[in-house]
Amino acid sequence: MGKGYNTIAFYPDKCDGCNDCVKTCSYLHTETVEPAHSRIQIVADTIPGSYGIAQCRQCGEPRCVMDCPAKALAKDEDSGVIRWDETRCVNCQLCTLACSYAGITANPITGKVMKCDYCDGDPGCVKACKPGALEWVTAADIFNKWGELEDLFVPGLSACLGCNSELLIRHSLRRIGPNTVVATPPGCIPGVGTVGVNGLTGTKTPVFHPLLTNTASMLAGARRYYNRIGRDVTMLALAGDGGTADVGFQSLSGAAERGEQMIYICVDNEGYMNTGVQRSSTTPFGAWTSTTPVGANLRGKTRDAKYLPVIMLMHNCEYVATASLAFMEDYYAKLDKALQASKKGMAYIHVFSPCPTGWRFPPNQLIEIGRKAVEANLVPLWEYSLEEGRLEFTHPIDNPLPVKEFLSLIGKYRHLNESEIDHIQKTSEQRIEILTSFQHQRANQ
Amino acid sequence: MQDKNKISKTQYLIIGSSHAGLAALEAIRLQDENGTITMVTREACLPYSPTILPYVISGEVAAESIHLRDQSYFDRLSVTFKSGSAVTGINLDQKWVSLASGEKINYEKLLLATGADAAIPSFPGIDSIPYQVVRTLEDALKLRQSFQKAKSAIVIGAGLIAMHTAENLAQSGLQATLIIRRQVSLFAYFDGAAARMIESIFSDHGVTLAIGSGVSKISPSDDGGCQVTLESGSVISADLLLLATGVRPRINYLEGSDIQVDRGILVNENMQASVKDVWAAGDVAQAPGFFDAGKTINATLPNASVQGRIAGMDMVKDPALKPYLGSSGLNVFNFFGHHGFSLGLATVTESTDDVEVNTVYLPSSQRYQKLVFKNNRLVGVSAINARLDPGILRELIQRQVDLADVKEGFTSAPLETGRLLMSKLWR
Repeated sequence: MGKGYNTIAFYPDKCDGCNDCVKTCSYLHTETVEPAHSRIQIVADTIPGSYGIAQCRQCGEPRCVMDCPAKALAKDEDSGVIRWDETRCVNCQLCTLACSYAGITANPITGKVMKCDYCDGDPGCVKACKPGALEWVTAADIFNKWGELEDLFVPGLSACLGCNSELLIRHSLRRIGPNTVVATPPGCIPGVGTVGVNGLTGTKTPVFHPLLTNTASMLAGARRYYNRIGRDVTMLALAGDGGTADVGFQSLSGAAERGEQMIYICVDNEGYMNTGVQRSSTTPFGAWTSTTPVGANLRGKTRDAKYLPVIMLMHNCEYVATASLAFMEDYYAKLDKALQASKKGMAYIHVFSPCPTGWRFPPNQLIEIGRKAVEANLVPLWEYSLEEGRLEFTHPIDNPLPVKEFLSLIGKYRHLNESEIDHIQKTSEQRIEILTSFQHQRANQ
Repeated sequence: MQDKNKISKTQYLIIGSSHAGLAALEAIRLQDENGTITMVTREACLPYSPTILPYVISGEVAAESIHLRDQSYFDRLSVTFKSGSAVTGINLDQKWVSLASGEKINYEKLLLATGADAAIPSFPGIDSIPYQVVRTLEDALKLRQSFQKAKSAIVIGAGLIAMHTAENLAQSGLQATLIIRRQVSLFAYFDGAAARMIESIFSDHGVTLAIGSGVSKISPSDDGGCQVTLESGSVISADLLLLATGVRPRINYLEGSDIQVDRGILVNENMQASVKDVWAAGDVAQAPGFFDAGKTINATLPNASVQGRIAGMDMVKDPALKPYLGSSGLNVFNFFGHHGFSLGLATVTESTDDVEVNTVYLPSSQRYQKLVFKNNRLVGVSAINARLDPGILRELIQRQVDLADVKEGFTSAPLETGRLLMSKLWR
């Protein structure tokens, strides 16, 4: 069956044209610095400061392999790299005609073809790239392992196109495993089919539908019961921001303070999306919702969002983290830690969850928007464990994008003027400052 | 004759095991994991590419190592592979194909990828001597063997195979003469200036070129070789005679069937033949042209593999299928260490109202580059020893990218501009 492979990603907006990747590639393959030997080429645009890339994509259905008459090219099933076997090559160069990307090219110095080999899984160009325009993406491993785990969620469901929640439920349940009781208070997650219909559940684990107010206390009770009969069963809440930060907060706060053993995942789509896009306490400043409309008297939400993850940190939870599914490796690492922490007490993960329907953006932009939010520092990714006693950024952003680049992708922010955008920019910078102070908490103690 | 009455059944039957057949097979297996597939070839061996044969003749590649797939590949994909089985007939009503062994195979869907045979011209006296062609592995091995004994050879033809064979002969130390009826070699791929440059490189390497006169007669010579009399009156003798005067789709087994043929099997943009449940791809198929209004044959490897893939996807109703863009010239040509290629309408020499020809010709460095535009869109490229990305240029032609805004940069730096367009348009 299909397999995912590690790959090199190129972010044109970060490339400064320094050509260090080109020089490094040449050096690693020939021990000379000669651009003509490089398997990666950076192409300068007519627009100054804008760059493109020519490099092998290691295609899934490679046309170069298909059109090689000498069987000198083959896709390595383990690494996904298309290998060129010099001993078989007759140098007909049909591959250069087959490739649409200049991924396999004739080297003018050697007269032979050459192509990227990913430096046997440790690409030198990526390491040489100071601005971070090249990234060695290893998320494929997660998806390969994912396929080996049982999907604990129904195959069909009624989520909106491009919904973040389906991705979240399938990944989280697979990773946390079947030895779990799931609680899904009113919101999108039960709404799309998790609790099921007509007496059939949507998960292959026990699942129940608490009230909006009592998710954490019901799970606390269930866990105490299992403890009493000597069974180690994981309690998992999959709750929206309304059920977590608003009306469900009392029971959550109590359970966190008491150190109840559970994983509580807040799927924060910044509003009551299931019932018609009403504002919640996590709806950001300026955002349009059906109860914070944009018109003559109001320009979206007038108050800043409540930043719940820090509030949870102050409850002395065993583990608190923020996450975005655009950074799946990061999320998986946090699920693992949460699972361990939930043996001792409360593990809380706050997942930033863009919503195409309620936020007004095309469904295919879900991951891109998730990524941009992190890169603009609006959604800093961090974790805190009680044991360590300090906060750590898991994906620190050195040169954040202006928040405008994120806001402009989303319909609910379309009306914002410069001063409103400025406000959001400042709020985000202040938040980073606050979080940074928690980085040193233990040192200060 | 034990197979005489045997009828086996298969869902997908692929006749031919070269690039078109293999590409189809893979496209089918991607969508249908369990359907029964049978691949039949008249060749007595595992699949290989005809394109590799000149390298077998030259000895650069050993015959044992040319196979594109091995038996374990077919086992892994659960494909029945039958070599040494030429197809002899086809019954469209009962949906079976008969093989030379007498065996019949019942199919649900049939792909004809039987390739092409060497076209043998009707020169007077052609049957009086044992001429050779280069089309199959058997031909190549036979030719390689006769190299050992021969001192001289004549090649008749003006195409890529003729040129490559002449190069092989010269490299093996034979006195090679190339007979070209037209005034210039490679007229289908290069213009006169480029062809002259190629011809002079051939001359420099000891190949004699007899250009501009057709063959009037062929006869055996006294010493057991052959003698070719040209229309000009001159007579050339050699130990070997090779014919490389083009190919002809192999469709003799279709005689009497309702499948429409012209020069090859006529197919539509999904490689469907004129009757239900039959497809054709590769050198045997006469497919919609990219530039031509009608249907055409460009018997090259890249056309074959794309056509095969489309046929396979259509046979298995792959929703990702995109119809064939059309067949056009896609050729690479390597000779005596030089590299050339020719794409699309590459032989146009004159600029007209809507056609613009941009040529860079540097005889001293044996470099040639021609870009042909029509209405600001690239329609043809031919090049020798020019540093370009043929695949990007092919894509620019097939996508009909409007180059009006970048034309100057493109003609002065086609490599860099092409890569930049790629990174913007289809990265």
